[in-house]
Amino acid sequence: MKIRYKVTAVFSALVLMAVSALVASQNVSAAGEGKITGTVKLTGTPPHERPIDMSKEPYCQKLHASNPVKTENVVAGADGGLQFVVLYISEGLSGSAASAAAPEKPKWDQKGCQYIPHVMAVNPNQHFEVTNSDPTSHNIHPMPRPGGGNNQWNKSQPPGSPAIDTTWPSEEIAVSVKCNIHPWMHGYMAVVKGPNAVTDEKGSYTITGVPPGSYTVTAWQETLGTQTQKVTVAAGKPATADFTFKGK
Amino acid sequence: MHDMHAPAAHHHAPPQGFVRNHLFSLDHKVIGIQYYGLALLAVFIGMVLSWVMRLHLAWPALSIPGLELLSKNGAPGGVPTPEYYLQLMTMHGTIMVFFVLTTAPFAAFGNYFLPIQVGAEDMPFPHFNMMSFWVTFVAFCVAVAAFFVPDGPPLAGWTAYAPLSALGPVAGPGEGLGQILWASSIGIFCIGQLLGALNFISTTLDMRCKGMSLMRMPLTVWAWFITSAMGLTAFAVLMPACILLILDHVAGTSFFVASNLVVSDQLQPHSGGSTLLWQHLFWFFGHPEVYIAIVPAMGVVSHVLITNMRRPMLSHRVLIYSMAALAFLSYMVYGHHMFVSGMNPFSSIVFSFPTLAITIPSTIIVLIWIGSLYGARLRINAASLFALGFISLFVSGGVSGFFLAQPSLDLLLHATYFVVGHFHLVMAVAAIFGIFSGTYFWFSKVTGRMMNETLGKIHFWLTFVGAYCIFMPFHYLGLAGNVRRYQAFVNDFMGPLMPLHKFISVAAVVTGFAQFIFLYNLIYSRFKGEKATQNPWEATSLEWTIPSPPPFDNFGGKLPVVYHDPYQYGVEGSSGDYVMQDSPEQIQTVHDEK
Amino acid sequence: MAKVFAVTVILIAIASAIPILMHTWGPPVDISTHGPLIDEQMSETMAEAGISFLAAQIILAIFVWMFSRKEGKVRSFPGGARGLVTAAIVLVGIEAMALGAFGVKAWASVYFTPPGPDAMPIQAQAGQFAFYFRYPGPDGRFGPLHPDLVNEGTQNFFGLDPDHDPDAKDDIVTAELGIPVNKEIHLLMHSKDVGHSFDVRELRIQQDFVPGLDVSVHFTATKTGRYEIMCTQLCGLGHYNMKAYLNVMSQSDFDAWLKQQASQQ
Repeated sequence: MKIRYKVTAVFSALVLMAVSALVASQNVSAAGEGKITGTVKLTGTPPHERPIDMSKEPYCQKLHASNPVKTENVVAGADGGLQFVVLYISEGLSGSAASAAAPEKPKWDQKGCQYIPHVMAVNPNQHFEVTNSDPTSHNIHPMPRPGGGNNQWNKSQPPGSPAIDTTWPSEEIAVSVKCNIHPWMHGYMAVVKGPNAVTDEKGSYTITGVPPGSYTVTAWQETLGTQTQKVTVAAGKPATADFTFKGK
Repeated sequence: MHDMHAPAAHHHAPPQGFVRNHLFSLDHKVIGIQYYGLALLAVFIGMVLSWVMRLHLAWPALSIPGLELLSKNGAPGGVPTPEYYLQLMTMHGTIMVFFVLTTAPFAAFGNYFLPIQVGAEDMPFPHFNMMSFWVTFVAFCVAVAAFFVPDGPPLAGWTAYAPLSALGPVAGPGEGLGQILWASSIGIFCIGQLLGALNFISTTLDMRCKGMSLMRMPLTVWAWFITSAMGLTAFAVLMPACILLILDHVAGTSFFVASNLVVSDQLQPHSGGSTLLWQHLFWFFGHPEVYIAIVPAMGVVSHVLITNMRRPMLSHRVLIYSMAALAFLSYMVYGHHMFVSGMNPFSSIVFSFPTLAITIPSTIIVLIWIGSLYGARLRINAASLFALGFISLFVSGGVSGFFLAQPSLDLLLHATYFVVGHFHLVMAVAAIFGIFSGTYFWFSKVTGRMMNETLGKIHFWLTFVGAYCIFMPFHYLGLAGNVRRYQAFVNDFMGPLMPLHKFISVAAVVTGFAQFIFLYNLIYSRFKGEKATQNPWEATSLEWTIPSPPPFDNFGGKLPVVYHDPYQYGVEGSSGDYVMQDSPEQIQTVHDEK
Repeated sequence: MAKVFAVTVILIAIASAIPILMHTWGPPVDISTHGPLIDEQMSETMAEAGISFLAAQIILAIFVWMFSRKEGKVRSFPGGARGLVTAAIVLVGIEAMALGAFGVKAWASVYFTPPGPDAMPIQAQAGQFAFYFRYPGPDGRFGPLHPDLVNEGTQNFFGLDPDHDPDAKDDIVTAELGIPVNKEIHLLMHSKDVGHSFDVRELRIQQDFVPGLDVSVHFTATKTGRYEIMCTQLCGLGHYNMKAYLNVMSQSDFDAWLKQQASQQ
């Protein structure tokens, strides 16, 4: 009789904890209605992007025959919209918003001997998948800064092999990734805390899930460096932060 | 009669207990069996690795059963990744060359029979001998441990060319811990072989019984003696080379890494090392190593053939001198591995002539074997079939040496399957035929039971035809320019060669399975085989004068006295057409030294 | 059983020789000026090795057939060991040495003659796992290499600094080795990281890249076409896919090609 009583007590305590955890997490997402949006532009002449000769891999060469691929170090649209800029909150985050890893599992695909996307942002310990859509082997060789919390790895992914599911444990802007078999293949994985975004081909971005408060937003571009801006996010109202990088 | 002439034998008491009897035995015979067991284990691993490689090459998308269990990382879904293929290839070469081809014909048979054949109770340094095996065993464990480190086994081929092998993890998977384990394993292995070689040399020189002059030693003893001399010098170079390689990894030195190397966009913190230094050091060992594998097999094959031909070789001396000439020349030819390595092209010419000159002692040996068959009374059994098969394979593998000895043809054939076919036939398969021949021949002496002859012959036919089916097409692939060490054939011209690759793979799997007949025969005969007499082959050398299996001190405390040359066959003796070495019977000595 | 052995050995010997005699598999047609010497050397060696191979296997087979007997007196080969040793030294030894001596000519045509004064210099760089090639441009001079500037992501494969080195400004870097036909090429070989090799079967050229030691080869291609350049020195996980194309073009095609490449730098 006594034992059953104890079991009931423990069980109801567990249920209570689970429910309160659920409620708490709902509170967070309810508070995360805020957004930061904006565009990143390039002024001046964009640096010369060299066309890539993929003759080594006939499949990829044929794929891009009509529209040769160029390097993607600075990709600016006609109106100056700068693609592949990472936006993240560098100051002002607190609590679970700063430490939690986003539940989504972004994909880093190897397609046509290019990284799709060229730049990706993830949270520390957020899972992401590396996939190979080409009929040829690639090797994925991320080269984090030595001495940081992330370790270099180097692994082939033959066609048809399962996705590689992995994470980065530590913050780092940004881990340079390359394929040695196709040395032109190059991209970055930015490992940042909290909500983040990468600009699209028009240079615009939206960071969602930002709890109300004052923040510093940082924009990082692989060759043009970083810029920061202070923004204040109110509940239910998107804040705006536009950036302008100067071309050489 | 014997004890009157016997030198004062130093008696040691029979060993007591399991540990001293079987594990840390000081008895050269037990150590020989331990080496043989190690070689069996190693050859099984090596063979399975070759199956994986052949299956993957012929059917690239095939999921190989069980491979995912070995490494989920290396073979997702059972299909090996490019790096894992190369890692398995490196392990195949390393295990086969070091732990099979060096240990079985030399250390295993040599340990067991060299002291008996020279009439010694044991080797002069039994503790060194025991250490030699256990050090080799540790080396083997270190090599196999590389399978289980996070980045997987080493990936630089069994030749471990620097700087790929010296740069560390930045150069790719397997170049870090796996490569360090490889260098450590080989370094340790060298110590074991140096200890063994010292024992072999001192046994041969100092422990011969009365009447056993150098020229009365059987050809096997000569072969092991010559091999020991090679081992002493070759392994003594490889060991420091391995230490330098490890230092490049762990101590920041740059023995083998040049300045200003940029790996994956990262400038390497090394400077001043030499790429070619490793190749010189490695091949200074590597070429004699080929003869370390093949010369003992030559000795075994000669010994088996003579017994079954019922006549001595046309010339005992010429065979000995030719084997010694091979050993001597092997140090002057190592540069033929490096014709297109970037060393001075004049050196290539200089290295090419001694290489071509090596055909002379090799041809003499083959001609003496074949010439001695003339007028013989050849007995066909599993042992003699494997010995005859050895000759055929050695010739086939040897003639491709004509091509590879010439720098100009190396421009076409270097690093192709032609080379793979060449060294597999002449070094690997031929040496393994020597091992089989010796096993079928000496099994009864070691165990006191006979091996099953019918199974032995089936094993021979499958292996002999299989070996040709596997390794002859390698030459054709090489002539067409198919590069070795590729895990997939993505080049345009290699597509049409795929049927040949598939043929080879099927042959490799079938021939591999045929080896289980041998394994079964070995185990079955050990326990259930027909009881053997003391001298079932009617042979003359000293191992057949003692019981099977021999007592712990070989000759029961009385060292033999030798009265004859080793191979007195085709004579009128009291026991038939032969006279044993320790028989005091007076006969007209058979000499064939014209 | 001995007779079965004899027949098997002879059958294997003949079966092995057939694809060689039929030229079922072999090197592709040569496109170099030095290649005919190598091909000639190859066929001579093939004849000699083939005869030795067949002779040894067949005699082995015959002797095993004849002398696997229980009865009869043991005899010795007429002439004994001395005859065989003489045969080995005279027939095989001298033949092999002569073969080697003739072979020097073929080797010398590749390595012992310096490239002509008009030879066109091209730098080939091997790295994990691709080849890149550099042409000196109109000024005829290669800009210096700065290993710390190598960045494959920006296509700076060689580590050039055109902003500061005037010689590097007009250097042309390509992924394909374009060359004019019938023009001597002086290929300067540089390895960026580990050991690699440059192998073009049709050119009859194979030469390792030695990290830290720049070597060179020279050759003249006599037929236009696209040929594969392969790496034959184990260089890491992507070794099997380390390749590039050799594009042999007429002089006018080459000029146009180089111009187009220059425009893309």
